[in-house]
Amino acid sequence: MNPTELANRAAVLAQDAMALAAQARVVAETHVAPAAAAAEPFVLLLTIFLMACFVGYYVVWNVTPALHSPLMGVTNAISSVIVVGAMLATGLSDSIAAKVFGFIAVTLASVNIFGGFAVTRRMLAMFKKKG
Amino acid sequence: MAHTLSTFAYLAASVLFILALRGLSHPETSRKGNTFGMVGMGIAVLATVLQPGMSFSGIALIIAGLLIGGGIGTYVAQKIEMTSLPQLVAAFHSLVGMAAVAVAAAAFYAPESFGILDAQGHIKAGSLVEMSLGLAIGAITFSGSVIAFLKLDGRMSGAPITFKGQHLLNAALGLLLLVLVVSFVASGNPLLFWLIALLSFGLGFLLIIPIGGADMPVVVSMLNSYSGWAAAGIGFTVGNLLLIVTGALVGASGAILSYIMCKGMNRSIINVLLGGFGSESGSASAGGGGGDRPPVKAGSPEDAAYMMKNAQKIIIVPGYGMAVAQAQQVLREMGDLLKKEGAEVSYAIHPVAGRMPGHMNVLLAEANVPYEEVHELEEINPEFADADVAFVIGANDVTNPAAKTDKSSPIYGMPILDVERAKTVFFIKRGMSSGYAGVDNELFFRPNTMMLFGDAKKVTQEIVQALQR
Repeated sequence: MNPTELANRAAVLAQDAMALAAQARVVAETHVAPAAAAAEPFVLLLTIFLMACFVGYYVVWNVTPALHSPLMGVTNAISSVIVVGAMLATGLSDSIAAKVFGFIAVTLASVNIFGGFAVTRRMLAMFKKKG
Repeated sequence: MAHTLSTFAYLAASVLFILALRGLSHPETSRKGNTFGMVGMGIAVLATVLQPGMSFSGIALIIAGLLIGGGIGTYVAQKIEMTSLPQLVAAFHSLVGMAAVAVAAAAFYAPESFGILDAQGHIKAGSLVEMSLGLAIGAITFSGSVIAFLKLDGRMSGAPITFKGQHLLNAALGLLLLVLVVSFVASGNPLLFWLIALLSFGLGFLLIIPIGGADMPVVVSMLNSYSGWAAAGIGFTVGNLLLIVTGALVGASGAILSYIMCKGMNRSIINVLLGGFGSESGSASAGGGGGDRPPVKAGSPEDAAYMMKNAQKIIIVPGYGMAVAQAQQVLREMGDLLKKEGAEVSYAIHPVAGRMPGHMNVLLAEANVPYEEVHELEEINPEFADADVAFVIGANDVTNPAAKTDKSSPIYGMPILDVERAKTVFFIKRGMSSGYAGVDNELFFRPNTMMLFGDAKKVTQEIVQALQR
């Protein structure tokens, strides 16, 4: 699949998703809103968590076994998105302890983010078509 | 709402991360996918820094952390040898685990930054539960990954470390951890927070030491999964959707990889985790068969070169031994020469070959072997029947027919590569030592097998020289 085709398909997907979202919103406004207001935010987070597990499940089964090492590299890099939590602690708090722990976490996660993406890039560059 | 913009940015990043994984369904789309991942991460980081209320000193610290960590990460990623990839990944997992511990601690000492205080100014009980989960999983990921790193890097013996009452001890510690978490949630006592961290570090250490070197593909995948769950746990604590979504993606990915690896060995995840399987395969004495076996047929590289020159179809089966000997480059040279002679050359990869999922594929790709020539087990197994030569380099257990016939064998039921169906089988081995599973490979004693004793790289080099003559 060439990049343009991929981009086009992604665009179509995005449009579909937007249409779905619009529908969902209508449904949510008319039916779910009163219930959601009463529900715990935790339930909402849990719902999203479980949905994401399913998305991960289906997406990862489609990964070709030849690319399982790069898959670990990428998941390694993106799991370091934990850096967001570390940055919030560092930037929003006046507590020295929070700043110190936040800084440590930002540094460790950054090693992973940069290292993970870079090593994946290196691996994937090797999987070019040989002519 | 002030946070709307960052919420949308996080949503965009989540979608980009999913696309990054989606791209890996084919080598040609994978590079694009990796770029999506990087853009997603960039968006997430930017949106967070630009959030209202960030202090100047905080932003300075963040930038310092990004520069220091980013510098180290980039340097290591450029320098690392592809054979050492499993160690690197294990080391990276340990960092995610430690980062999770640090973020949990930060959230504990500055709960107001994450809005997790109740009306009385205490941290909400629910948040304490989530915090202790993120903390415990993060700490287990950290110490477990450190052990995995030491074992993979050869700084610690790959042999399983077992002792009496090990499982009982682990179970007791697990129970104690549960008690600590419950009392922490009830009291919010900082001492208990650190006790949970300490105990989890110990537990991660104890969980990984009994697992042998060749089970490392499962362990690395599993720790990959844990690092995801740790991120999700922290996401719940600080109420961040991006962390929850990403954590779930990574957790699911690692779990699937663990499952695939276990299936590749026909063992349950419980069986792997209980550990104690296999031993350090030392380089035992060369030559000669054991017991009442017929003697093995040993050949020279020249013999092998001569026979392969006249072969039509050759299937190469690389294993961990190839990686250890760094023989992938010279192996590709051999493949090229044989192709020039008119032979059809392909490569067969067992799911658990190497020390991490897909390790062999990366090494072959590094040596410029076209990925179209590299095949998975199900794909290539029917091909062995009409292959003239199966060339096994640094693999053993994954070719052992006992897995299909001998019910008493520890590897019974494991899917294997059917190399014995080829007309001639070459085995490059340093000696007659058994494989990781500690079982003899009856293939060595078959009349159509020829053993090539020596270092994988050296023997292949000699074959290449003989082919060039």
